[in-house]
Amino acid sequence: MKITFTLNMDVIEHEVEPNITLLKMLREDFDLTGAKEGCGGGECGACTILLNGKPVVSCLMLAVQADGQEIITIEGLARGEVLDELQKTFISTGALQCGYCTPGMIMTAKGLLAENPDPTREEIKTALSGNLCRCTGYKRIIEAVESAAKSNG
Amino acid sequence: MKYVGKSIVRVDGVKKVTGDLKFVDDIKLPKMLYAGVKRSPHAHAKILKINTILAERHPGVRAVVTGKDFPKRAGLYLADKTFFAVDKVRFAGEAVAAVAADTVEIAKEAAELIEVEYEVLKSIHNAKEAMKKDAPIIHPALGDYKVVPIFKTIPGTNISEHFKLRKGNVEAAFEKAYKIFEKDFYVPHIQHTPIENHVAIAQFDREKNLTVWASCQSPYAVRAALSDAFDVPLHKLRVISPAVGGGFGAKAGTTLEGIIIPLAMKVGNRPIKLTYSREDEFVSSYVRQALHSKFKTAVDKNGKLLAVQNEFIWDGGAFTEYGVNIAKSAGFAAVGPYDVENIHCDSYAVYTNNPVGGPYRGFGMAEIHFGIEQNMDHIAREMGMDPIELRKINAQKPGGTTATGAKVDAACGLEECLDSVVNEIDYHTPSEQPADPNKVRAKGVACGMKAPSMPNNAGSSAVIRLNEDGSAFLSVSAQDLGQGSDTALTQIAAEGLQIPVEKITIKTGDTDHTPYEWQTVASRITYSTGNAIVKACDDIKSQLVNLASQKLDVLEEELILDDEHVVWEKDPSKRVPIKSLALGLQLADGSGIHGPIIGRGTFVPEGVLNFDSETGLSEKPVVFWTYGAYGVEIEVDKQTGNIKVLKATTCFDVGKAINPELVKAQCEGAVVQGLGSAIFEEIIMKDGKFRNPNFTDYKIPTSGDMPEMTIKIAENPQYDGPYGARGMAEPAMIPAAPSIVNAFYNATGIAMNRLPLTPERVVNALREHNK
Ligand code: FES
Ligand code: FES
Repeated sequence: MKITFTLNMDVIEHEVEPNITLLKMLREDFDLTGAKEGCGGGECGACTILLNGKPVVSCLMLAVQADGQEIITIEGLARGEVLDELQKTFISTGALQCGYCTPGMIMTAKGLLAENPDPTREEIKTALSGNLCRCTGYKRIIEAVESAAKSNG
Repeated sequence: MKYVGKSIVRVDGVKKVTGDLKFVDDIKLPKMLYAGVKRSPHAHAKILKINTILAERHPGVRAVVTGKDFPKRAGLYLADKTFFAVDKVRFAGEAVAAVAADTVEIAKEAAELIEVEYEVLKSIHNAKEAMKKDAPIIHPALGDYKVVPIFKTIPGTNISEHFKLRKGNVEAAFEKAYKIFEKDFYVPHIQHTPIENHVAIAQFDREKNLTVWASCQSPYAVRAALSDAFDVPLHKLRVISPAVGGGFGAKAGTTLEGIIIPLAMKVGNRPIKLTYSREDEFVSSYVRQALHSKFKTAVDKNGKLLAVQNEFIWDGGAFTEYGVNIAKSAGFAAVGPYDVENIHCDSYAVYTNNPVGGPYRGFGMAEIHFGIEQNMDHIAREMGMDPIELRKINAQKPGGTTATGAKVDAACGLEECLDSVVNEIDYHTPSEQPADPNKVRAKGVACGMKAPSMPNNAGSSAVIRLNEDGSAFLSVSAQDLGQGSDTALTQIAAEGLQIPVEKITIKTGDTDHTPYEWQTVASRITYSTGNAIVKACDDIKSQLVNLASQKLDVLEEELILDDEHVVWEKDPSKRVPIKSLALGLQLADGSGIHGPIIGRGTFVPEGVLNFDSETGLSEKPVVFWTYGAYGVEIEVDKQTGNIKVLKATTCFDVGKAINPELVKAQCEGAVVQGLGSAIFEEIIMKDGKFRNPNFTDYKIPTSGDMPEMTIKIAENPQYDGPYGARGMAEPAMIPAAPSIVNAFYNATGIAMNRLPLTPERVVNALREHNK
């Protein structure tokens, strides 16, 4: 099936099988491997991307559903060497360890801050509760989001 | 110090926040094939016949293998496993055959087309039952297996290791005891669940050189195991671990590599990838072994522990190549961080038809401390003593002795750690109770200790190459699994060379190009690889100083490294930039000497001794012990059974924090992982079959479960550690579950002798208690 969508600011026309997931298309057809598969079932959030600005788990979406939509992946956040504020604060607060959950975490946080630029700690916790991290214990991730919100504001 | 002890940001940050870092599953190679695995539905069954014809004929299939092709047994400490079942299967989910195909989908379809005929055998799923005389024997040929001689297998039984610790005279001590306490505990199977599932790629070239890309903690150990299993010489086998998305022990040994190599042998020079699904990960990679523990403790009038007689029965699952060492390590720490004169401990690794047990953060220590630390609270209550006081009376202290009879050295900061958490959590002030009468709050404390469990000669090495612009490459094969070793090790090198961190690039994880490292396990990297790096820096320094002394015409002993220069101590204006010496020294007549500077450092801990095979005693069975403590405050909802951990505070004696924020980050992660093991996590099995192999049914903590955390650090230097450092990343998990369970008792008056404290279990216990 042919689909047209915006991917990290580029308009793309693409031929895709109707049964493959958005995650698989991004990783295999576009080599955008920042979104990870941690469960393939919508349970871990490692595959989170922004669809029209909202965080979604790309393992549960079919690629064809991207037709006409706007997609941003972790690769689309930084401008060259200039990192997004969240990327900066994830580094400065030490909000990552193995890094496997990190792209998904950042995309979820990005979606949250777009909608709610000044979230409370509880709101951040709730927004991130679908993103599993086995390494950090979450504390620094929450701090990173708080600190990005502060510097954005 | 300029670089050590500073909380610099991680050196691997940028590539991890941008998605630039390529994990193994992100690697795409030309003409790559994909593997599909046929697994056993039975926990214990004879394989009568395998028919692969349909799979072989399936379009897109390139190769099919079964266990018959590779019957050789392998294993780290005990060679009891094959990568595919041969003749019989021993757990549900064991690989029986595999295919290589053009796509993942075809591979899966084709694997299902393989027909296997089984004769189902009686299976056994409880380690205590498996020890009984009439239990079915899971490894009848145990007596023929190759085993490292320190382990004691008992052929003809399901016991693959029996470690005995015999210290003093327990009988005599029990006779004169003021009181005797007896308790049993059970810790179920749980899993590591790194967010990255296991994954590997294998490829042969025309000259039979094999390259394996694996998400693995220990490339050299994987290389050794695969070389042995598949008879590929070491110089023709390259293991690359580009990144590891969480390990916690799950990626310490070999798992799925052994499935794809036989396939790779059959497909010419094409690469083959196998990525576990989350379900595969749960069912077919390692789990943390379940533990049945039993303690009998004799106490005198003042609360001094006179004797402990205990038993640890480890449910090792179908293979215990790694598990035998967990059983042994538990024996070394038989009574936890306490000084007890008389000990009689039996620790058994036992085969069952459950999933394969392996190393999990803490290597047995979290499991045994679950009992040890609840026992301390129990004894204190029965004796009418303060549990902190009881711990202090019995704590291992400098000058005291460990369970194996080793001297406790000056670096044991257990009491300091305990004081710190008691203070921080304000343990002796009762919790303020919430308005809701269904909710009750209370505090709990627990201590813990751990040593690296490894062969006495586990070695590390480091190579440092100076570049002509004054920068350097640091090569090691310690793997950064997230714990931050890339950063901490770079700091150690920066300190030794007096070159800023930004000018040092660390290279890891490639057995063809980075030097030997035994394994990234046991919380040993900062200590062991760190020491190798210190030596490599010393090696570079001696070369630089030698050249600079010629250039400056001063004595070598008077030269130091400082601020990227070799500097004359007596007059710091006399100095040579390190970069000008990186390729050697050019003399006044134009001739060159020495050439490029390369530093080499190797390390093996000194003086670690074998234990006595009858008594288990040794003056130095391990390189060091790391001690620490937890304090928590929890809230129990008596109606729903939910437990919320409100506050957690930890203090561990790390010797020297090379990077204090990274140390704290390890503790934070450990608190939350430990909390998961205490209140959510349990592998639910029916006849050995996993009932909850997904994150919906096997819950791990989320951001909503995170308590408020305060992390403290004690620093009593390790005499032979780099800048005084010792390992801490695993120890940080150990007291988590017992501190929560102790708080639960203080909240409800109920002792829970098994984990986890799920809402259902809590509600039932409350109901029972109120009867
Ligand atoms: S991979 Fe999509 S939610 Fe886990
Ligand atoms: S940093 Fe490892 S899973 Fe989050």
